[in-house]
Amino acid sequence: MSDEEETASQLTDKQKMEIAKWFLLNSPAGEIQYVARDIRAVLKNERVYRAAVAEAFPLYNKAHMICLEFPDRSGEVIVSSFSEIDKNEYLDPRTAQVARVDHVKQVCEDARPANDEELPSSYIEEYRCALDAEIIKYVSEAYPKGVCSVYCANGKDVEEPGSDFELVVLISAARHSPQNFCNGSWRSIWHMEFKDELQIVEVRGKLQVGAHYFEEGNVQLDAKHECKDSTIFQSPDDCAVSLTTIIRHHETEYLNSLQVSYSNLPDTTFKDLRRKLPVTRTLFPWHNTLQFSLTRDIQKNLGLESSK
Amino acid sequence: MEAAMGLMRRVPPKHSETALSALLSLLPQHSSDLLSQVDQPLQVLCDVDSGKEFILCEYNRDADSYRSPWSNKYHPPLDDGPYPSAELRKLEIEANDIFAIYCDHLNDQTMDRYYEGGISSVYIWEDENEGFVACFLIKKDGAKTAHGKRGCLQEGSWDAIHVIEVGPVEDETARYCLTSSVMLSLTTNNDSSGTFNLSGSIRRQMNMELSVAEGHLCNMGKMIEEMESKLRNSLDQVYFGKTKEMVCTLRPPSEIIEMRLPDS
Repeated sequence: MSDEEETASQLTDKQKMEIAKWFLLNSPAGEIQYVARDIRAVLKNERVYRAAVAEAFPLYNKAHMICLEFPDRSGEVIVSSFSEIDKNEYLDPRTAQVARVDHVKQVCEDARPANDEELPSSYIEEYRCALDAEIIKYVSEAYPKGVCSVYCANGKDVEEPGSDFELVVLISAARHSPQNFCNGSWRSIWHMEFKDELQIVEVRGKLQVGAHYFEEGNVQLDAKHECKDSTIFQSPDDCAVSLTTIIRHHETEYLNSLQVSYSNLPDTTFKDLRRKLPVTRTLFPWHNTLQFSLTRDIQKNLGLESSK
Repeated sequence: MEAAMGLMRRVPPKHSETALSALLSLLPQHSSDLLSQVDQPLQVLCDVDSGKEFILCEYNRDADSYRSPWSNKYHPPLDDGPYPSAELRKLEIEANDIFAIYCDHLNDQTMDRYYEGGISSVYIWEDENEGFVACFLIKKDGAKTAHGKRGCLQEGSWDAIHVIEVGPVEDETARYCLTSSVMLSLTTNNDSSGTFNLSGSIRRQMNMELSVAEGHLCNMGKMIEEMESKLRNSLDQVYFGKTKEMVCTLRPPSEIIEMRLPDS
């Protein structure tokens, strides 16, 4: 024990902070506050704890694309690297507001109108706004509690046809029911590259689904998928409709494939780990194990014993 | 310690080894509690005498060596490691033989192929109150590169730990306290559905007062078999079922939406 205590005292504050950060960043959807409470108790060092929390929460909030309501309830802002203006400021293009966020409390403290430099040109805004309207319709149909937003990731100052630009669609749906020991989240990121010369829009999607069930145990689902598609470069309204159709199609397909993965579990996948019942469909003859030593002796005598 | 166990309940089960070593370095004063309360994936070593693999755990460890149940030798060799009494060692040998067959019985299509499906080890030692403790370990690697017969798993493991405390025999009966944990991880991966990983661990207890007429091994075996099928069913139906339910809550399958549309 004394040896181990020595090694522990050699753990620098920096190492302790890295460990704390690792636990925080690996928190399941919606559980970072609980993890923070426990890591604080384990660390027993407020300074290290505060440093870890200050670094981990912004990363976690952006990776999990958490949604925060504006104080005046005018809408929600998604915290993500696409909406980030600076460390504590996140843009909501729909309401043209910038939210000031407290990462550790996970709340939006106040909001200000976005500057002109923070918003796309009116040419881009036409595409963005049309796509946003279609995506809102789709998300309200497909997700009982989904939040979505469309950002301009590249070329926001393009003012007329002739140049490339890129929009990004984020869809984030989370469900937290700690009273049922269950949390989960669905996150989609869709990159739409409008290629002016080729007159096509290239679509890249990244979907991530997580779920955690922890009543008397700890079971987690971690599923990821990436896909690609494309459509022709048309008017803002036509693009919005065809891009939303592409997203709907791929997300529906992916949900179906998740269902298939689940329904394959009992019959095939799980059987490779442990059968429900032996092939003979009878329980093991514990009361008569003598038979095994006999067969084994015979096999040994015949030189048949498997040689592993 | 409570907070440490709280963290272990939330960390992704596939990272439990990293999490445990992190906690051990933060809380060295609790290392023995952590090692006994946190289950971690089982490791194996090869017995130099018999060539068979055996499983490592806290119960066959002394310093940095582990005792093999096949040759009863420590790996790497150790001068003064503890051994079970001659009587318990006899039971241990028998338990290892039978348990190896039990594992094949569950994993194999045919009964005549030993040691193909998974690895098992049983360790038995005296405890303070005139009884003994037995630890039954099973490790199965179901990946398509290992023992997975159907080849549908990119990665998959089933690690089971059963610890039974057996009380002294009184009036031809003994008290058996079984604590079982299963750790499981499975990943499938293909172009159309991406990577799909489910991992988890659960722990349960079972206490029984049984007649020793048919022997300790028979009683312990029956309890373990019953417990294993309970654990497998809860993982399959409750735990996996709950995560599936969560996915369908987040984004209900389209049939449901279509059915709802006329109303809205």
